[in-house]
Amino acid sequence: MKSSVITFPGSNCDRDMDVALNKFGFKNKMIWHNDIELPKSDLVVLPGGFSYGDYLRCGSMASKSKIMQSVIKFANSGGLVMGICNGFQILVEAGLVPGVLLRNKYLEFICKNVFVKIGNKENPYFKNHEKNIFEFHIAHNEGNYFCTNEQLKEIEDNNQIAIYYCNEKGQTEEQFNPNGSIKNIAGILNKKRNVLGMMPHPERMIDQSLSGTDGSIFFKNLINNIK
Amino acid sequence: MLANEKIAVEHGLKADEYKKICSLLKRTPNITELGIFSAMWNEHCSYKSSKLHLKKLPTSGEKVIQGPGENAGIIDIEDGDAIVFKIESHNHPSFIEPYQGAATGVGGIMRDVFTMGARPIANLNSIHFGSPQNKKTKNLLRGVVHGIGGYGNCMGVPTIAGQTSFDSSYNGNILVNAMTLGLVKKNKIFYSKAAGLDKPVIYVGSKTGRDGIHGASMASASFDEKIEEKKPTVQVGDPFTEKLLLEACLELMAGDSIIAIQDMGAAGLTSSSIEMASKGNLGIEINLNQVPCRETKMTPYEIMLSESQERMLIILENGKEELAKKIFDKWNLDFAVIGKTTSSKNIELFFDDKKVANIPVNILVENSPMYDRKWKRTKLPKKNKFKKDNFKNLKIKDVLQKILSNPNICSKKWIWEQYDHTVMGDTIQKPGGDSGVVRVHGTNKAVAASVDSSAVYCWAHPLTGGKQVVAESWRNLISVGATPIAITNCLNFGSPEKEENMGEFVECVQGIGEASEYLNFPVVSGNVSFYNQTKDIGIKPTPAIGGVGLLKDYKKMITMSFKETNNIVLVIGKTSGHLDQSQFSRNILDDKNGPPPEVNLFNEKNNGETLLKLIDKDFIKSAHDVSLGGIITSVSKMCIKGKIGIKLNKPGYLINKFEYYFSEDQGRYIIEISKNDLKNVIEILNKNSVHYDELGILQKDYLSIDDKTKVSIDELISFNNNWLYNYMSK
Repeated sequence: MKSSVITFPGSNCDRDMDVALNKFGFKNKMIWHNDIELPKSDLVVLPGGFSYGDYLRCGSMASKSKIMQSVIKFANSGGLVMGICNGFQILVEAGLVPGVLLRNKYLEFICKNVFVKIGNKENPYFKNHEKNIFEFHIAHNEGNYFCTNEQLKEIEDNNQIAIYYCNEKGQTEEQFNPNGSIKNIAGILNKKRNVLGMMPHPERMIDQSLSGTDGSIFFKNLINNIK
Repeated sequence: MLANEKIAVEHGLKADEYKKICSLLKRTPNITELGIFSAMWNEHCSYKSSKLHLKKLPTSGEKVIQGPGENAGIIDIEDGDAIVFKIESHNHPSFIEPYQGAATGVGGIMRDVFTMGARPIANLNSIHFGSPQNKKTKNLLRGVVHGIGGYGNCMGVPTIAGQTSFDSSYNGNILVNAMTLGLVKKNKIFYSKAAGLDKPVIYVGSKTGRDGIHGASMASASFDEKIEEKKPTVQVGDPFTEKLLLEACLELMAGDSIIAIQDMGAAGLTSSSIEMASKGNLGIEINLNQVPCRETKMTPYEIMLSESQERMLIILENGKEELAKKIFDKWNLDFAVIGKTTSSKNIELFFDDKKVANIPVNILVENSPMYDRKWKRTKLPKKNKFKKDNFKNLKIKDVLQKILSNPNICSKKWIWEQYDHTVMGDTIQKPGGDSGVVRVHGTNKAVAASVDSSAVYCWAHPLTGGKQVVAESWRNLISVGATPIAITNCLNFGSPEKEENMGEFVECVQGIGEASEYLNFPVVSGNVSFYNQTKDIGIKPTPAIGGVGLLKDYKKMITMSFKETNNIVLVIGKTSGHLDQSQFSRNILDDKNGPPPEVNLFNEKNNGETLLKLIDKDFIKSAHDVSLGGIITSVSKMCIKGKIGIKLNKPGYLINKFEYYFSEDQGRYIIEISKNDLKNVIEILNKNSVHYDELGILQKDYLSIDDKTKVSIDELISFNNNWLYNYMSK
């Protein structure tokens, strides 16, 4: 399986994602934002970080990068594109998934483990998982997902919510929502379910010694689903 | 325009220093030259009051590759790897403008590290604020935390540990000390020593603006009521540009184009160019018209004294300009050839085809002032004699609640959850433990780091306090299973022109020196921050020690969380019941007199090394050093982390239970072992003459002291966790 991770100026989880993809069997290539051609890939990842310093709206400058035209084309033709954290923000700005990401409700950067519950298992990212609740790690300042009522209805009608913030029992009350996201949304799919944007960083949980191992479960399942 | 004595004094120089400049130059300097002298000769850059004493610190050792004098210190961690590290203060700017002050402090220290070719792999910080009741404290704390996070998070470098304290002596002068560790291959270290004639001098990074002019001079003076006017001297940080600069520099460093490289920190282009020339015993010629400027009509004076951030000065091999430019173009950074090395041994500046400054480098550096300031020794205070009456109405549970929720002991989660501490995917011990630990990427090794200070002890008796901080750093590294290697120090003091403050400095440095010598824990880098003083009131002496240690096998790392019920808990080290200057004495008995706990370096070394042996033999399930708040505070934190309780059993000493549980005697650790290992562990402790007490046995749900006193884990958590959240949300 071939994957490509895009490096934008200011990306800082690109190496971590490269390590994770290679660890679980992908042959990964790092792609520079100024490149035009996307190599043949089974998965394209937009990694976390602070592309262009997040000085304009997060992800907005990166969404106009040269390589993004190829990424958008690839996504529109059904290719798998996953955006993590800043990558999610870029996907939103590029219009590949609906909605926007606002500043966290309490106006502070949050770095901690959270629980998420799978909302949709009929997609390449989460299908075939035995368990429904994962302990993932978040680290962001702008993860407060927001969209219009019409968009929300459409998202729910199409079953596009990939994961929700919850507690270890899977309850999705407001108190388990770390950033104020509408409906506790932590990750969302496009209509065709080949594009996933999510705030949690599975690449930081790929080893017993790190924040946990649910990231390993995520990646192992992902490569099996794509094969 | 020529300078005169009045202008010199306005620049922070003393009248006799100005006379010295005129006599060394054999003429009157012009205004640009005077600016350069003032930047090089202020306390911050010249160490004129501290040099004499810093020379006494032990700075070498088997593992030391680079001691003080470069951008950062370097230690050997085997297999061709080395760790570059340093701590630095950004106190004055952070008080004036907390967000930018703290942010640029973090940016500056990371630049010091990657200038040497190392990729930063961990950040730490030591931050100190005024009393929580002081009306400025909350905003300063929020601003500083946001600033540290804003810069470090964007850079993608994890902030793995830190220290926060509150004390009214910081009401008018907060402290913000930032530390960075970087990883480098031993054969790819870069230095700032210029070499070779006619080599191109390159400017890269951000453009130069008018921000931060006189920053270093500002940091070399006390504050008064006009402090607001000093805002323009604070630099503005741009972590995004620094991230690009980091990647571009490391890309260029992979090749062999660089002769020398130096970041532009305090005193900007002035100190960077002069340091490179001085170390190489060369001259440098700079055409200031070539310096990329952000603002129009900047004068030579402004260009030389700007402290705009995210800039580097590089001396390249001839003919490598094109190759280097390509890399900086790729990262959208400015690149300009601004001058060349010369044989003149002078710094020569040109602007609009005129020579605007010409100063022999050696008089700026070697002839800089050095003072043997007057200082006063602090006598060891007399010990308090507490009587039974002092403890009569106290209940252990109430005292424990007060201590665990004390601002200086309570959980600092509110702070460290705002720092990205997991980026780079190698953080195996997060903030909240004894040390932060990161793996050396792709290996079985890990590096532990901790930052400590004990201002109260240093204030009560600087010599003991200085020793104690080093010992505490050593213990924090050992508690996670790391072998301590070396330290960096950030020496925060009041005015060196006051005998009391200078005395605190001299004796703290002496204490640090004695401890680091004895523990073979040399000082490889550091920074001095004097004039932490508003009008006549100085801070408590606050040397911050950043310690670094190595774990050869990261899987042997120890954490402080209790692991399993029925395991046995021991205290290593002797408890004599020293309450003076303890949290108990200061906050419960409201007694601020007496000496700090004595530091017995023999016991420190012996106890620590014996614990490392026990860890190596896999006997230790959890460990934590005993520090503020004594045995019961340490044990409570281990209960909280592991969500396991303990049945405590005070040994039959002659001291009372308050003295036993709350005293802050040094050289002690709490360790958890399994029952089956008890005999073996005791044998090793006896063999090494290490004193120990059997403290208790782990049980479910409760910390219990006797039949009457029981505290649930949930209570412990609420005692410890709530104070800071409540304080910040009010």
